[in-house]
Formats: sequence, C-alpha cells, structure tokens
Amino acid sequence: MKKAGITIKDLHLSFGPTEVLKGVNLDIKPGEFFAFLGPSGSGKSTLLRSIAGFGPRPKGSILIGGKDVVALDPWKRNVGMVFQSYALWPHMSVRDNVAFGLRERRIPAADIATKVQEGLELVGLAHLADRMPNQLSGGQQQRVALARTVVTEPEVLLLDEPLSNLDASLRVQMRRELLRLQRKLGLTTIFVTHDQEEANTTSDRMAVLDGGVIQQIGTPQELYDTPANLFVANFLGTANILEGKVETEGGQARFRTTTGDTLALPEGKTASGTNIVLRPQNITLQRDPGANALAGQVLHREFLGGQIRYLIKAGGAEIVVDQSHRAGRDWFEPGMAVHLLANTDSAVVL
Amino acid sequence: MSNTHETPVATGLAERMPGWLFPRLSGLHIVALFIALLLTGLLLIPVAQVIFVAFQNPATGALTLQNFVDFFGTSLFRESFWNSFYVSAMSVVVATAIALPLAYITTRFHFSGSILIQSLGFIPLIMPPFVGAVAMQLIFGRNGTVNLLLGERFGINIPFMEGLNGVILVQSIHYFPFILINLSASLRNIDRSMEEAAQNLGSSGMRLFRKIVFPLAMPGYVAGAALVFIKVFDDLGTPLLLNVNNMLAPQAYLRISGVGISDPMGYVISVILVAFSILSLWASFLVMRGKDYATVQKGGGGMAKRDLKPAEKVAAYGVVIFILLVVLSPHIGLALLSFGTIWSFAPLPDAYTLQNYVTMWAGSKTFIVNTVLYAGIAATLDVILGTAIAYIVIRTKIFGRKGLDYLATAALAVPGVVLGIGYLRTFHAIDVPLIGKPLASWWVIIAMALMIRRLPYALRACMAALQQVSLALEEAAESLGATKRRTIQKVVVPLMTGGILAGFVTSFATAAVELSATIMLVSSNNDAPLAYGIYLFMQTPSGRGAGAALGIVAVIVVAIGTIASQIIIERDKKLKASGDVQ
Repeated sequence: MKKAGITIKDLHLSFGPTEVLKGVNLDIKPGEFFAFLGPSGSGKSTLLRSIAGFGPRPKGSILIGGKDVVALDPWKRNVGMVFQSYALWPHMSVRDNVAFGLRERRIPAADIATKVQEGLELVGLAHLADRMPNQLSGGQQQRVALARTVVTEPEVLLLDEPLSNLDASLRVQMRRELLRLQRKLGLTTIFVTHDQEEANTTSDRMAVLDGGVIQQIGTPQELYDTPANLFVANFLGTANILEGKVETEGGQARFRTTTGDTLALPEGKTASGTNIVLRPQNITLQRDPGANALAGQVLHREFLGGQIRYLIKAGGAEIVVDQSHRAGRDWFEPGMAVHLLANTDSAVVL
Repeated sequence: MSNTHETPVATGLAERMPGWLFPRLSGLHIVALFIALLLTGLLLIPVAQVIFVAFQNPATGALTLQNFVDFFGTSLFRESFWNSFYVSAMSVVVATAIALPLAYITTRFHFSGSILIQSLGFIPLIMPPFVGAVAMQLIFGRNGTVNLLLGERFGINIPFMEGLNGVILVQSIHYFPFILINLSASLRNIDRSMEEAAQNLGSSGMRLFRKIVFPLAMPGYVAGAALVFIKVFDDLGTPLLLNVNNMLAPQAYLRISGVGISDPMGYVISVILVAFSILSLWASFLVMRGKDYATVQKGGGGMAKRDLKPAEKVAAYGVVIFILLVVLSPHIGLALLSFGTIWSFAPLPDAYTLQNYVTMWAGSKTFIVNTVLYAGIAATLDVILGTAIAYIVIRTKIFGRKGLDYLATAALAVPGVVLGIGYLRTFHAIDVPLIGKPLASWWVIIAMALMIRRLPYALRACMAALQQVSLALEEAAESLGATKRRTIQKVVVPLMTGGILAGFVTSFATAAVELSATIMLVSSNNDAPLAYGIYLFMQTPSGRGAGAALGIVAVIVVAIGTIASQIIIERDKKLKASGDVQ
C-alpha cells in the first residue's frame, strides 16, 4: 500500500465566532502511528475531521503525500476514516458495508469479492460476511468498520476515538490488534483519543492539543519526561508543581520555592523558569531530615495495591508521592511529619 | 480531480458581473427554490387571497372592516359563531370524559384489557367522522335503536342526536383518540422515580396525583385537547351530513356554493377559522414550550403500575367495555346499515343482504378510481417534497431553509374549507392550456389540495426518519468515495425508507377520506372522490345502504393503511436498533 506523509501548515478553523483551531502546524511521517491527545474541546477531533474533509473548510493547508487537499470534497480524498460510532449502515450486510467503497470506485465485481474476503479475513470476520450490523457485538462492528476502511487502500487511516465504545477488557485487546494491523499494512495512521494510556501504548509520536493549539509533539516518552509546558506536564500523568525561582551559587543551580525551601539541581543542568515539575514516583519519603530534603506533613494516604499514594503538605503545595508497596513495610500515618527527597535528575523546570 | 482550480477559458457575461447577481446554485438550491415557489403558489397565495378578500369591499375593492361588521350584525352568523365555539368546547369535554378513564386505567394498573384499549381506542380515527354520522343517527337518533329500546322499557327518549348534540357526540367519539394518545404518552413518560421521590417525601394518593402526576401529564393533555378543539371547529362534513347548518364551516360552504365566490361572508368565516386555528396551535405551543418532560431516564421504567382488586377489576372492565361500545357504535351501525335491507323505526335492520355492495360497486367505480388517483398523486408528492424539505432543513445550510419548514407546516393552520375557497378564488380565472377549463375546476387541483393538506404530516414523518440517520453514516460513505448525490441515493434514502413509506401510507389513507377541501373543488360527479361519493349517496334515504357500503370500503382502506404504516415503523425500528452506536 501507498504510504503518504501529512503536512499541515498554519491551519485555522472557526465555528461561527469560536475559533477551534488556531494555527496548527504538523508533520506526520509516512507509515507513522500518530496520536492526537487532548481534553474534550481541545480541537483534536476537529483537526482529524478537517483532514478527512468534514466540517467547515479550514484556512491553511493540509498536504497528503505532497498534495494540498483543503479544497477537496471528502469523497475526492483518499483518506479512510473509522468513526467513533463505527457508522455501519444498518440496511446493508457486513459484506455490502465492506464492498461499498470499492463499488464507489467502480472496481470489477470479481476483484471486489476478493478484496472484501481479504479485508474480512484481516480482521478475522470472514465467517460473518452475511450478517447484518445489528447482529454483531460492539467489537465485531468495530472490526467491520476497520475492514470497510482499509479495503479501499487509503493513503491515510484516521481513527476517531475508536476504542471509546468498547468495554475495558476489549479495549486493551483491540488496541493491540489495531497496532498489529497498522504495522502489517504500514498505513500512516492518526488516532484521536483523550486517554493518555491509549496514546502512550500505540503511537510512535503524538501531539498534545489544548485550546485549538498543539502544545507539544514528540514520542510518548519525550512528552512525559520533558514536557514543554505546564499543560502537557499536568495532562500526561500526575505532576507535582512547585512555584519558585532558580538561583545559582558558586556554579551550583538550586530551585528555591516560594516557601523558602531549596532543591539542588543536578550539576551542569542549566535551567530557568518559575515552576519545577516532580513526578510522584521520583520522590522518596523518609522520617529523618537530610540534605536536599523538604519538610512536610502527611495529609492523606491511599492504598492502591502495588503502590501507596500519599498526599503531603510541603513546599507551599500539596504533593502527591507514590511509594511502592512491599509486604511488612511500615506506612506513614496521616498527621506524621516526613521529609521528601526529590530526585531532581528527572525534574523539569518550566 | 487533479486540478480543481481550472480557470474557464471563455469568460461569459456572468463571470464579469458581481458574484451576488449570479450566485452559484447547487442542485439542492434549485430544488429548494422550486419547493418554495410551489408552496407559495398552492398555499400562500390562495390563503392570502382569502384573507385579502375578507377585508375588501366587494363592490369597490377598497380595504374595509365592513364585512366583519356585517358578519357580526347578522343574527344567523352570530349564532353560527357561538354554535361552532360551543360544539368544539363541548366536544373537548366529552372526548376528555371518554379518554381520561381509558388512559388512566391503562397506564396506572396491571390491566389485561389494556391491549384492547390500545388497539380499539384508535379505531375511531380510521373512519371519517361524517361517515359515522349517519350510522350514529340510526343508533342514537330520536327513532334509533337506543331510544326505541329506552322508550319500550322506560318510556323515555334522550335527544342524543338532536341538533348540536349530534355534532358533539359524533365529533367527540371520533376525535377522543387524540387526547387518549397524547395523555397516555405523557403519563407513560413520567419516570417512576418522580413518583417514588414524592412518596419518599411523604406524598400519596390523590395528592400525589394532583401535585406530581397531573402537572407532568398536563402538556400532553393540552396538546391533544387543542387538536380536538380545532379539528371540530374546522370540520365541515359532519354538520353538513347531520343537516346542522348553523355553524361556521357549513355557512362558509353554503355561502360560496350557494351565493357565489364573490360573496364576502365566506371569506370572513374563513379568516375566523384560520384565526382560531392559529390561536389554538399557538396556545398548545405555549403550554408545551419548555415543558417537554422527557423524564424517562436510563433504567427508569415509566410509572409504577399496581394490581387491581377483584371488585376494581370488574368496575374497570365495565367502564372500558361501555366506552368501547359507544366508541365503536358508528362502525357497528355502519356495518349493519351496509348489510341491511330496510332500517327504519326499528332497533335493527329488517333483513340482511349484500345488495348494497352490488349497488355501491356499480355506482361508485369512478369514485374509487378517482380516489386512488388523487390520494396516490398527493401522497407521492408529499413524501418527495417531505424528503427534500427534511434534507434541506436538517442537513444543509441553504439560506431560508427554516422558512420552507414553516411554510409547509403552516398548512396545519389552514382548514380544508379555507383552502378550497382559496383555490376557487385564485384559480377560477386561470385557464389550463389544452383542457379548456379553469384550473379551479380541473381535477388535478383536487390532488394538489390534498397534497398541501397532508404535507405537514408527511414532512414530520420524513424529518423523524432523517433525524434517525446519524450524520456519521453519511460521512462514512463520503470518506469512502461516495459523492453527496450518491450518498443520498445509497445511504440516506434507503435508511429513510421506513419513515418515508409510513408517511406515504398515512398520507394516502387520510387523503382518501378527506372531504372538507374536496367538496369545494369537485366540479362534476365524474371528478368526485370516494368521500364525496359517500356524501352524495347519503343525501337520499334509498342511497344510504350503498353509501354505508362505500363507507365500509373507506374504513377498510384507512385501516389497512394504518396497520401497514405501524408494521413498517416497527420493522424499521428493529433494523436500526443497534446498527449505529451513539
């Protein structure tokens, strides 16, 4: 199958007076599994629908395989979309649903039959070709929707929250299957989701959107470890953010919080900014004070199984700390005075 | 598709003019424009014409209120006005008395007769009221079955059918299902938790009913009652057949058909009828606004039903059977009349025969053929227009699309008599080429009147059908390469088929028995449809048997239509049950 890259340049889109996309720039490589991640209302679905050609025509350009498609009707773009609701036509059998796009392309009937068979085999549903959509389970409908899209050999595959209508266990299974299929076909794929776990586990790279603007682009790991701003830091995983400023004394950089506590930054790390981001698992709790440790008090404790999550008042904020749990180990009780030792190697100053 | 920005080689005049002078019209724009013109010509202009003439001095053509002064200065018209109002209001009262116990029993109790009520309760609607009127006279009239039996036993005679009483009885028996349907629906839609919350807070019995159940069901009741009021107020056939002429609609008909189309009184009455229609639609809109209590939540199961005690069960059955007997009396009477030889001054016909059906068949082939033709044309056009308008209103951004919806729906507020008068007045001066007679007396105009009258209902059916087609289903087709036109053809219309078909069948069945507009427009008996045929038969005592037989045919046509449309809708629902997860 053809692999096409996508380049989006300065894309703006408004619904009446509300600007939903405010200058989006993006480069997706051929064959990449790319995720749009963001809260609802961030513009991620609107951006996906713009690539497919739905909704009002945006300003700017969308190049698929080097060709600008902004002015093209949806049916003239070779873009496959799998809808959140699957959108299987209830009046057509599974076979007819899958054959639809091929028939629209005026492909000879014999070829259509072969391709439909191949498409259904790809998703493991060849035995259900004569069923009607309402005789299928949610997961099966999802696979039919996928088969219907890939048989037309689109240049780009768009997935709009494809897992949101499945129950939790099926979601994990389907997620792996999607990835396997994408690798097999090598299709450039964009996956829209509000679930960071889905984005993290599937995508090669992802874009975090908020307020119609791309906040950061990168691999899941890059985004988690080095968020570009507070929004990304907060949106991906749990982040403790302390306010303060960076001070340098004798070549040693330190972060001084608004409450006067200091955290030594690793040697050679130059940083500027007024916030320091600490992940819960990068902080250890101890009873005794120590160098580079913040004094605090336990407010609350939750037992999560593998981990114990503490809420600690320290450094002018309420800090979440995760400690891995081992049988027989003592817990810190609410009300206790504790000291937090932060691993600043992995901290980010913004 | 490689180059969509090709510059045309030849730049015509249009290219050099400002863009707004030659807007680029898509196929849908042209369709919208055509529909707008059609509705303007067949609805807006005729009705505007009627209203205009009502305010015009017939001699000089100057605008005046004199016609209204004359109208209210004539004692016959004042009486007619009062009678129409009285009959409509009383019909609402009697219809409520019939509908309320039925609705209450079916929705509040485990009652095995519920299914009986639900199916039989709608039967009155499948018979045009004027058809039942004659049969009702034979049963409830001064010398009808009931009074003969009462006279024999108790020496009394109750004037059920005397004058206005007759109209009230016939109309309320015919139209009570409107209240029953709406009231039962709103009672059923009240979430059980609403009631349980009140019980939990200490409310029960009548107080619970008055404070919670009744207010929640009120919008449904008012909607039904307003519909009954206006249907009765506008109806022409029933008073005409019962020979009650001192009401508004019959007066309008008699003035126009007797005095002529230049007599202003018919127009004044038309304006009053339209005004009342709008008033009652507006009133029901005001009551309904913001009170769409769609209270059934996820998992909620409608109202709590309780079991009846044995004595209550007997009483409930008694009430239900009595009401159903009264309600079905027109059908029973009509059947007896159609199979009877002579039925006069006797509780039942003297003997039974099939002769009436033979006479009817010989004398009314034209009526039946005409009916199928007119109702077929009307219903076909209705669903085509309905589908087009629904698509334009719901799926496009064409300027003025809401206007199309309003215009088509406005036909609801135009009584048949008024539309008929409007057509006579507007189209009598327009000659049809090749036919050589005025448009107003050409049979096609009857079909057009039926089409306009049924359009609002067909449009609602089409809109409901389209709203059930999720937008994603269309987008899926487009993203797989289907153009707008292909998408409509392969996905939208097939998915709407159920709704469209149901709309067609309902339009056809009700258009087939419509009398009030057609009676004004039938220019010769050769052009007459079934409803008018029944009316003609019923004019003579000897024709009543055959008229009843034709009435039975009408009832069967409408019944088949109603059942068919129900089956179609049910089947459609099942198909769409889980095709698209939303």
